[in-house]
Amino acid sequence: MKIIVCAKQVPDTTEIKINPQTGTLIRDGVPSIMNPDDKGGLELALRLKEQFDAHVTIITMGPPQADAILREALALGVDRAILLTDRKFAGADTLATSNALAGALRNLEFDLIIAGRQAIDGDTAQVGPQIAELLDIPQVTYLEDLKYDGDKTLTIRRQTEEGYQVLETEIPCMVTVLASAYQARYMPVKGIVQAYDREVETWSFENISVDESKLGLKGSPTRVHKAFTKGVKGAGEQFEVDADEAVGIIISRLKQKFLI
Amino acid sequence: MDNSAYKEIYVFAEQRGGKIQGIALELLGKARDLATVTAQQVVAILAGYQVTDQANELIAFGADKVIVVDDAVLADYLTEPYTQALAGVIKQYKPSVILIGATTIGRDLGPRLSARVTTGLTADCTRLEIGEEGELLMTRPAFGGNLMATIVSKEHRPQMTTVRPGVMQKADRDDSRKGEVEILKVDFDTSKFRVKLIEQVKADKGLLDIADAKILVSGGRGVNSAENFEKLKQLAHVLGAEVSASRAMVDAGVISHERQVGQTGKTVRPDLYIACGISGAIQHLAGMEESGYIIAVNKDKYAPIFQVADLGIVGDVNKIIPLLADRLQKEISA
Repeated sequence: MKIIVCAKQVPDTTEIKINPQTGTLIRDGVPSIMNPDDKGGLELALRLKEQFDAHVTIITMGPPQADAILREALALGVDRAILLTDRKFAGADTLATSNALAGALRNLEFDLIIAGRQAIDGDTAQVGPQIAELLDIPQVTYLEDLKYDGDKTLTIRRQTEEGYQVLETEIPCMVTVLASAYQARYMPVKGIVQAYDREVETWSFENISVDESKLGLKGSPTRVHKAFTKGVKGAGEQFEVDADEAVGIIISRLKQKFLI
Repeated sequence: MDNSAYKEIYVFAEQRGGKIQGIALELLGKARDLATVTAQQVVAILAGYQVTDQANELIAFGADKVIVVDDAVLADYLTEPYTQALAGVIKQYKPSVILIGATTIGRDLGPRLSARVTTGLTADCTRLEIGEEGELLMTRPAFGGNLMATIVSKEHRPQMTTVRPGVMQKADRDDSRKGEVEILKVDFDTSKFRVKLIEQVKADKGLLDIADAKILVSGGRGVNSAENFEKLKQLAHVLGAEVSASRAMVDAGVISHERQVGQTGKTVRPDLYIACGISGAIQHLAGMEESGYIIAVNKDKYAPIFQVADLGIVGDVNKIIPLLADRLQKEISA
């Protein structure tokens, strides 16, 4: 079985703060990490590798420094790592990103493509399904569990609002995984050391067979019209009093507002 | 691309088991506002099996027209049949705008469909407006709610977006509204149906969806223990409210993920939101700041939750909340 994991390097958004004076994002010093859902997907791939001797390739599209998450994946045990990077990909929205990644995936062999459900910097959950469409393979999103019969059939549990669905499909297939489904393993020290001696392949526009008009900003149907930080709603009244008085104030406001 | 051929505002009317979902009505409410600005029609797309008789429901909530794709292959949601149905509607009718709910169905269908018809898709909008040239301005949070971005689709049509449940407001039901119902026959390519539904399992929730609650009593890290959380439940009981939580309580296993408010949980806008021991990380605020009246109780007077609270109480949540529950109980029974 040949598996490809699609992963993204993201800023740890829980660490981002807004400068209250300028209203802009403070990105300095915010650590970059492997997107959590993608890390869950990588863990699934590694378990299939252990169980079925699967060959695992990881691919990421991004700037040269995205290499860091590929080293992390190598340390965890993937067989091959590819960094897809080119100025021609810059400014891509989800569809243009999917066009580039699908172009690279067409030049690789795969039975199963695994991506995270969504990335924490954009939360779009679009690139997985769009790649699946461009490659004309079925997709299953919101994956909670996957069973492989060792031949062709995958039985997948998919999270829904009400509970879950059990779905069956055959390889080749694309799945998008929830971080909570697979607790990622820790990097072994030996793996970390070896990861820096191993090769990360760098692929550019030349390595994919996609028309330039479908890539980067030019290939993006959507544009950012404007970006802004949310104005903070004015704080209301605040009291620092003992519990008894506080309860009195709360009840009086609830009555004023006809909430009780 | 000649965009003038693309007209009217379409809503994907999500149904499950033949039941129209609340998100469909919320989207119809918003579509009505947008259609009024641009003098266009609101068209609902109803895909399913034996659902045609539900079309009137959509008209009562704001649709001028309902396009029904009724076929046995659409009995349960599966990506490929629904993508074919929607792609069929787009090909036939050329919508200017399609609004889709950001549910586990809409977020599976939307991107697949966008790649099939080669158009953009803006994810999980919280605000929709019409721009100066009649284009749709789609505003959404990014970077975990730290930044808002307004997205447009200049060249490509339809302009597609998913919208989170609980963000838009449905119109009042009006059974006297009139509208057309049109049946569209789609020729499905069943050779592409490669995913089979084996089983659909409902987890027993037994409680109201927090997105529908009028009053929420919500607990965070300051509540500190499952035992203290029980006190919040007592207050909720007195107020006829539901309980919800910030991520800290979910991670601690005190409450299930369905009850999490925030960027990675649910967006809520109850009439009253009582934030108990919640510091107010931006991810949490993103999910509740539209609530009608916000009361926050927290021991740290600089906690960000106070920035959005209408009434802020600096104090020990585990003393104040039980006392409040007792006192309210007496007031109500008096």
